[in-house]
Amino acid sequence: MRVELGDLAIDRGGSVLVANALRDAGHVEVEGTDPELESNLRAWARARGHGADGKTVHRATGRFDGGAEVVLPTGTADARWGFAPRGARVEAGTAAWNWPLDDAAVVWDEDAARIYSSAAARQWDPARDVPWDDGFRLDEPVEAAVCQVLTYLVENEVAALSVPATFLPRIHPTFAEVVQVLAVQVADEARHAAVFTRRLGLRGHGPGTSGRGGQASLASLLAEPDFLSATFLLSVLGEGSFVELLRWLADCAPDPVTRAVVRLAAQDEARHVAFAVGHLRRVVERDPAWLDKLAGALRNRSAALAATSGLNEDVFDALVVVGAGSLEPDAIGRSFASVADLVRRMDRARQGHLARIGFPAASAIELSGWHTRNFM
Amino acid sequence: MLLLGAVAYDPKVVPIWEGICAWLQAHGVDVEPVWFFRYETLVQALVSGGVDVAWHSPLAVVQTERALHRRGRTLRLLAMRDTDQDLTSVIVARRGGPSSLDTLRGRRIAVGAWDSPQATLLPLNHLQANGVRPGKDVDVRTYDLLVGKHGDHVGGERLAARALRDGDVDAAALFDGNLLAFRADGSLPDDAEVIARTGMYDHCAFAALTGHREAELDAWTRVLLTMRWEDPVVRVLFDLEGLREWRPGRTHGIEPLRHAVATLDHEAADRVRRFADTL
Ligand SMILES: [Fe+2]
Ligand SMILES: [Fe+2]
Repeated sequence: MRVELGDLAIDRGGSVLVANALRDAGHVEVEGTDPELESNLRAWARARGHGADGKTVHRATGRFDGGAEVVLPTGTADARWGFAPRGARVEAGTAAWNWPLDDAAVVWDEDAARIYSSAAARQWDPARDVPWDDGFRLDEPVEAAVCQVLTYLVENEVAALSVPATFLPRIHPTFAEVVQVLAVQVADEARHAAVFTRRLGLRGHGPGTSGRGGQASLASLLAEPDFLSATFLLSVLGEGSFVELLRWLADCAPDPVTRAVVRLAAQDEARHVAFAVGHLRRVVERDPAWLDKLAGALRNRSAALAATSGLNEDVFDALVVVGAGSLEPDAIGRSFASVADLVRRMDRARQGHLARIGFPAASAIELSGWHTRNFM
Repeated sequence: MLLLGAVAYDPKVVPIWEGICAWLQAHGVDVEPVWFFRYETLVQALVSGGVDVAWHSPLAVVQTERALHRRGRTLRLLAMRDTDQDLTSVIVARRGGPSSLDTLRGRRIAVGAWDSPQATLLPLNHLQANGVRPGKDVDVRTYDLLVGKHGDHVGGERLAARALRDGDVDAAALFDGNLLAFRADGSLPDDAEVIARTGMYDHCAFAALTGHREAELDAWTRVLLTMRWEDPVVRVLFDLEGLREWRPGRTHGIEPLRHAVATLDHEAADRVRRFADTL
């Protein structure tokens, strides 16, 4: 094969054309008018391990001959594929990084690509999609109650961000679509925390109290070391309950900014729950033994939280005031009943998710009752 | 056991030779690396039998040869890198500056460390052979980074290239591989062109004294030459050390430097000769 460089020098880009030609041919004859062509061609070929003979270059053994091709595995992903995308050829001798989550049976999900594109398409813009400039005014006790609920929501968002974030760097990169789903989930939670925090400061009130039980409940989510168990506790049971709370607030909150931020967050949360439920359903279909492991993780968490009070009572009371929109006894009475109904709705939602994963109806009812009283 | 001496001109030298020695040990050759700070000490150790084989710069080869010559002994080159054969050095200048060796007269040239074969001794001797006397017809500025390492460290040449870019000098001397590397990483000004090039020469090699543990060293060399870049373990070491294969040693590539050390009329060569005479 011949490469015509014209007046392009080897040391000014000509070597790129020679390297390109060597991909297809074992021997390449180089023509050009640069007086230094032959000398620089020899120096370049020497450094790359090619043979050079006048203006002819003989290709060396390829760096990627004998390498490995990255594929979607049915079993364990090869650590030596490293960070490369599926389809890439990886050089032999590449140092293996340790990705503990390398088993397709645990990690891979054929629905991940669809979930990711729908998540990417539905990203919302807090600056554009929330009516921050609305001139609403709430009575002080109602504003205080809204801020107490938002304080609790922010805490939950931080935990919901941290759990997938700890698993992200443990997932083998060949399962790229699953990594993408979890990464966008982390970004969603960051945005939720940001808009809730902004609403907290909007009328100068700021955060309320943070209870010991709620903190303990969230910490126990981060303590779960197993990926699927943590997914189950956070995204099926926790977010499965949380999304009901957000929807209730979207209906009942007294101001348009709070209604907007919880409505937008609820859209994302519903997607987080859908992915987790679908993923665990498929895992259980392949290996029903996972039902016992997941139930065990739930019981362990429940035992660990037995000595705590669960939901901060300030949060429960604040929910009632938020739903009432005033301290009017009639309104408070109606709202109290509505919050009690919300708690029942959360329980029914969890039972539905548990059944979809594959738990029999009776154990779905029992397991839902084991869920933390902190909702998340 | 054989002792292999090498100069640690860069921290990466330690894992390279430890890796190569470990590979050789795994293939039945007992060899252990010993580190030196300067080539001069390594030359002394080789001449006195303190090490059995030295990873020698070409200048260390010439210094050892001169020391052995007075003792009536000779040096063997056992093996070398493919990338150390048939090198050249170039002299580069900017457009509007000197365009040939002749037009370099009365100007200033940047070279590497005074003990660098490729960036100082060989290019200066090339000037002298073409009638341009270094230090007399042309002002020589050395960039003495890490003297004692014989220019193995790229720093001196990089400083010389930078001096050309900054207008401190009219020309700079470089090894041809660094011409390509500095072109690609922007160390050289865009308008720098090659105005002269030395003949071909060889660079580093494994050196041993003739008659010293020859059978063992020949066996060692045979195993060394079976290292294959295709082996993933070897590839890591070869990539670090910058070679694709070991080749049998040869001495004709040292001749240009022998000649330069013998004939160059410049302080750099004076210093080299003075040192060799003390051994
Ligand atoms: Fe969230
Ligand atoms: Fe979420």
